[in-house]
Amino acid sequence: MHNRTIAELINGLQSKEFSSVELTQHFLDRIGDLNPHYNAIITVTAEQALKAAAAADERLAAGNAPAMCGIPILHKDIFCTNGVRTSCGSKMLDNFIPPYNATVVENFEQAGAVVLGKTNMDEFAMGSSNETSFYGSVQNPWDTDCVPGGSSGGSAAAVAARLAPGATATDTGGSIRQPAALCGITGLKPTYGRVSRWGMIAFASSLDQGGPMARTAEDCAIMLSCMASFDDKDSTCIDREVPDYSAALGQDVNGLRIGVPSEYFSKGLNEGTEQAVRTALAKLEQQGAELVEISLPNTGLSVPAYYVIAPAEASANLSRFDGVKYGYRCEDPKDLQDLYSRSRAEGFGEEVQRRILIGTYCLSAGYYEAYYGKAQQVRQLIQRDFEKAFETVDVIMGPTCPSPAFKFGSKGDDPVAMYLEDIYTIATNLAGLPGMSVPCGMVDNKPVGLQIIGNYFDEARILNVAHQYQQITEWHDQAPEGVAS
Amino acid sequence: MSIERHEIEKLAMLSRIAISDSTIVEVSQRLGSVLDLVDQLQGVNTEGVQAMSHPMQAIQRLREDEVSELNQREALQKIAPDTEEGLFLVPKVIE
Amino acid sequence: MKWDTVIGLEVHVQLATKTKIFSGSSTAFGAEPNTQACAIDLAMPGTLPVLNKQAVHYAVMFGLAIDAEIGKESAFERKNYFYPDLPKGYQTTQLEKPIVGRGNVEIQLADGSTKNIRIHHAHLEEDAGKSLHEGDFRHGVSGIDLNRAGTPLIEIVSEPDISSAEEAIAFAKKLHSIVTSIGICDGEMSQGSMRFDVNVSVKPSGSDTLGTRTETKNLNSFKFMEECIVKEVERQIDLIEDGGTVIQETRLYNGDTKVARSMRSKEEANDYRYFPCPDLLPVIVTDETIEELRRNLPELPDARQARFVEEYGLSDYDASVLGNDAGMATYFEIAAKTSGSAKLAANWTMGELAARLNNEDISIANSPVSADQLGGLVTRIVDNSISGKMAKEVFEGIWAGEGSADEIIEVRGLKQVSDSGALEQMVTDVLAANQEMVDDYINTDEAKRKKKLGGFMGQIMKASKGQANPQQVNQILAKKLNELL
Repeated sequence: MHNRTIAELINGLQSKEFSSVELTQHFLDRIGDLNPHYNAIITVTAEQALKAAAAADERLAAGNAPAMCGIPILHKDIFCTNGVRTSCGSKMLDNFIPPYNATVVENFEQAGAVVLGKTNMDEFAMGSSNETSFYGSVQNPWDTDCVPGGSSGGSAAAVAARLAPGATATDTGGSIRQPAALCGITGLKPTYGRVSRWGMIAFASSLDQGGPMARTAEDCAIMLSCMASFDDKDSTCIDREVPDYSAALGQDVNGLRIGVPSEYFSKGLNEGTEQAVRTALAKLEQQGAELVEISLPNTGLSVPAYYVIAPAEASANLSRFDGVKYGYRCEDPKDLQDLYSRSRAEGFGEEVQRRILIGTYCLSAGYYEAYYGKAQQVRQLIQRDFEKAFETVDVIMGPTCPSPAFKFGSKGDDPVAMYLEDIYTIATNLAGLPGMSVPCGMVDNKPVGLQIIGNYFDEARILNVAHQYQQITEWHDQAPEGVAS
Repeated sequence: MSIERHEIEKLAMLSRIAISDSTIVEVSQRLGSVLDLVDQLQGVNTEGVQAMSHPMQAIQRLREDEVSELNQREALQKIAPDTEEGLFLVPKVIE
Repeated sequence: MKWDTVIGLEVHVQLATKTKIFSGSSTAFGAEPNTQACAIDLAMPGTLPVLNKQAVHYAVMFGLAIDAEIGKESAFERKNYFYPDLPKGYQTTQLEKPIVGRGNVEIQLADGSTKNIRIHHAHLEEDAGKSLHEGDFRHGVSGIDLNRAGTPLIEIVSEPDISSAEEAIAFAKKLHSIVTSIGICDGEMSQGSMRFDVNVSVKPSGSDTLGTRTETKNLNSFKFMEECIVKEVERQIDLIEDGGTVIQETRLYNGDTKVARSMRSKEEANDYRYFPCPDLLPVIVTDETIEELRRNLPELPDARQARFVEEYGLSDYDASVLGNDAGMATYFEIAAKTSGSAKLAANWTMGELAARLNNEDISIANSPVSADQLGGLVTRIVDNSISGKMAKEVFEGIWAGEGSADEIIEVRGLKQVSDSGALEQMVTDVLAANQEMVDDYINTDEAKRKKKLGGFMGQIMKASKGQANPQQVNQILAKKLNELL
């Protein structure tokens, strides 16, 4: 059962091949057995899951149930779940039990989906390897000496290990696409404003977006249809009709203009990765797509700009964690300043502290114009690059990451080495465009991801392209050794 | 790029994160490395370019002025570190 | 050495909206701690702000009332600092593009002259919560109430055009009058609806160089503000004359103890690291909205003052007192219309009523004597049912809650006797009973007779228990005494 996609499971439930309770129990058992190997899941919600499954079965029996009814999923531990601990991978929120649901969680709940638990992640979504979590690293199911990517490493590993058919995740600089690539699954970051950020713990407010991770584009389409909604509690959420993402999957790619940015094939790109990506592009060309060389000249500035903007926004977003209203509080604070300084020094990990300091620095008097002001202008330049490109192409494609999954600790002490992991994904967030990663090959037995970037609100198109690619390839069907049995 | 110790101390104060003496050198080095990265922005010509705060060309929605949130003190304070008589307690605030 | 005083005011006005600026919590005064503080107000993770339409409209109305430029596109920034009453660790406010631009407020001074005070701008922002320091909780601990956190404020910033304490008070009172007249603020100073920060500096008369200014924060009474300014000017002058220099600092003034002091500096430099709030989008106010608000703008104090002179024939002085206090103006008009006598209604409102309210520290909105009731009282004075003296007694009765003027007159039997037949009888009886007085009167020189009338009046009033209509009695008495001559 765990090898089936969401689409297949939906059929199974509808045809009464199995019940949601059986399905749920199956995954709960797998989690019990396998999660200790991967550490992908922080909190398992077995009791609630079985209750929800039973309710889903009733709804399914009554007929006319929504697509996701009875389907087990995982939520990245960044989405607030009412009554269930939501840690954001941090000691700061180890004891935080939200009294409300994130809209994404609410949407799935309304649809009858079954929540198996909350997945591990880089602390406060800051990281590209899931090594910064308070709950320990996540192992990549393809090679347990390697990272699964981050920050949504837990969701990616869980789906790759078939602990759930789908998981929610978030992407601020690549945190859905990069782990999807490193774990050989499919992940999508929607257009900024497509999915509500209510209840999604904020890292960088103008960049964060929630999206699905699953094994196929078809599954991501089903999940996205549930996740996307207009939410008036989120001022940055755009009021725009949610199309049926599954409906447009069947369109062929004949005549599709694919932009291939020269900057995404620069030095630093692993040879094997480049080959796999170019092979993938060639396959699409064979299907009738047209490859167009384009330039996104300001690509090289995207990482520097991001590492000003994201930490700056984060430094303010994380000020609320002060030990006063909720979350971690240091013991015996001797005065107010001690309460703040020690709670935050003890509650936040090193990377989070570093980013807060960077953000504070870039916003400081005397530095604002040179750093923050400048970065916001560069952001405009990057957006213009994409706008121009989309005048002549329909989608933009290239590698998701510069290389496959790397070993734990291999990025050393220099934070910047880690930051460069996101070199191909960050620009998409800065511009607010939708982007996906689909598996397109293997290098050293580790997956390689193909990135598909679309124009604003063109999720249907990139899902379509991804789906068409997955009709003619089998990378997405592959499972890590020992997992698919 | 290197950051002076007193600058780190100032940042630590502004962001209310205690940085121990033993780690301050390391913190300074790593911060310096990140600043080297972001300093790449300095040479870029951005004359006449607008700063972009939001990716979408959208405007702020306005909410009707009707009470929609009632008393939730009990639920919300259940998870608070220290409360008494409905107040959040902190070490004495001196002005 | 002659000194000039230079004063600028920053006035925080709480907008009288039903809900907070960014959440749907109530703003009603006096609730139990933290019962009007929802997840957004508590800055819980994942919560987001949505802007209150009425707050925007009230801000625009203020701009229209002071003839200011309206910021048709305004934006919000985050002002970052740590304080327990600031749950997010930043205050959402406006900096670069406020909703109201340059405007003007004209003030009237005691000598009859007028002066224009320029407004630099007014912007929207959220109020902080409250710290309670004394109480029956543990020693060394402060209690935080976040009911007030998120209440909408406009901060009105004047240019340093104010040159004396008198002008400052006139300005503050004028602002109070404007905001209450247009209904955007309830003006309850004791509840903190308006708070003043005063920037004071001195310079040698005629000098062009401004001195160093100090800021005294959070004054919430006109009286205290006046005291504070006078003291601060004196302090600065003394300091400079003694060879010292004024340090730029923030100060607090305690109106009860009359002590001003420097605030313990919270941190070295208040680097607020303002940057655009990414959770809120640009606020657009259309021309249509502005026109509609302008059309429906309630009467401004200056216009009302002029109207009181014209419509009710009030003196300039009376019109200025009543016209500039929104509460009194409304009260007066009801009383005037009910009774048909503007002059008397004005006298009573400004005189007896105001004195009583002042004494017991009650606002006119909470007056135990309603405008209608006062009008009813004045009606009975006008129609001679009661004398002016009686009226005071009736007023007390209404104040004590005994009912309306008519009810009290009825119950206490206070109706003035104006029946000429009864009065004639009364006078006759008294004259008959006081032969000695009558003889004395007849034997007195004509020039000195008038003084003797008082004695007869006294007797008559005593006999009638004060209810005889004095004017009528006078006439009858004079007539009868004449007959005896």
